[in-house]
Amino acid sequence: MKIRLAYTLPLLLSLLASTAAQAVEYSQLLADKSSLGFSYRQMNVPMDGSFKRFKAQLAFDPAQPAKASAAFEIEVASIDVGSAEGNSEVSGKLWFNTATHPTARFVSSGIKALGNNRFEVAGKLTIKGKTLDVSTPVSFKADGANGVFEGAFTIKRADYAIGEGMWADFGTVANDVQIKFRLLAAAKK
Amino acid sequence: MSSSRPGSYTRTAIRLHWLLALGLSATLALGFYMSDLPFSPAKLQYYSWHKWAGITLLLLAVFRLGWRLTHPAPAAPAGMPAWQHAASEWTHRLLYLLMLAIPLSGWLMSSAKGVPTVYFGVLPLPDLLERNVELGKQLGQLHGALNFGLLGLVALHAAAALKHYVIDRDEVLGRMLPFLNKA
Ligand code: HEM
Repeated sequence: MKIRLAYTLPLLLSLLASTAAQAVEYSQLLADKSSLGFSYRQMNVPMDGSFKRFKAQLAFDPAQPAKASAAFEIEVASIDVGSAEGNSEVSGKLWFNTATHPTARFVSSGIKALGNNRFEVAGKLTIKGKTLDVSTPVSFKADGANGVFEGAFTIKRADYAIGEGMWADFGTVANDVQIKFRLLAAAKK
Repeated sequence: MSSSRPGSYTRTAIRLHWLLALGLSATLALGFYMSDLPFSPAKLQYYSWHKWAGITLLLLAVFRLGWRLTHPAPAAPAGMPAWQHAASEWTHRLLYLLMLAIPLSGWLMSSAKGVPTVYFGVLPLPDLLERNVELGKQLGQLHGALNFGLLGLVALHAAAALKHYVIDRDEVLGRMLPFLNKA
């Protein structure tokens, strides 16, 4: 027994040390290599859009998801729905009202490992001054020195009063909006 | 009636003619009306209806052209000057061309603008072009210009038909409106 322990202990220690060395905390969002998009249905036609400008505060070590956190700030006026006419419309009062609510936010409240480099990230999403709980699956993969985080989840636009008045009816623009993200982050230097 | 140039159009040809005349007028009017509307759910709805109508007209136009190529039109009235004959042939050719080119340019424009067409909200049609906003604008201008071309040609076409009826007093208009020739 003693002999075995003497052999295995250093082995165990070195194993621990190596995983510790592998652990990387991704903390710098590479905004120009990341994308934050959404898709929705208009007259049952699948449409895509995106937000061009957003910032993040990240601390994500895939080996220690419980300690990880993520917070995003999205400049709502940087939205692109595909046409100039559409872009000026959705900035207006009935949609995002960017004059009063220039920023949308997501702040994580808990991150769970699902295994296989997949995580469940729960948090609070604030759009147009309304804050609701959301959660999204996120997959992680290392890409050289960077980490790639990808996922998608669906929100209901009516929950955030996005598209009021004449737009409130879902006949033209559907209620379901899928948010899709692909984020590239660098490790802390 | 055994000659390759019969004295009248087939019933199918007559029906297609008036169906397309009605459909094209309505779709053209809707096109001009909707593009001037302020952005609204109604506008988005009209755009979709316009696209569905346009694709339907494209299908009808293809069928009609096929019918025309396999069922010759009646001969021109005897004694009609050669230039009038040539003018009518070319007007008809151009009309067929526009019946195809207008909806095709609309489809191309929609593809380039990144707004795919889902026929009647159920059948997604393939995008003919990659998304390209600049090209989409140009195709939109082409779509509009072709429609002005159609308006001009239809005016000429209708004026010629009326001239046959009122001035020449021949059977040409009645071949598309058989009740006129019966009377
Ligand atoms: C024979 C059938 C068609 C006719 C007679 C027609 C006619 C017109 C007309 C007159 C306009 C207004 C042009 C202007 O404002 O300058 C228009 C606009 C438009 N058409 Fe068509 N069209 C047809 C088919 C189609 C098809 C098949 C599509 C798409 C699949 C389409 C898509 C559009 C769109 C998107 C606009 C608005 C352009 C803009 O926003 O400026 N059209 N059409």
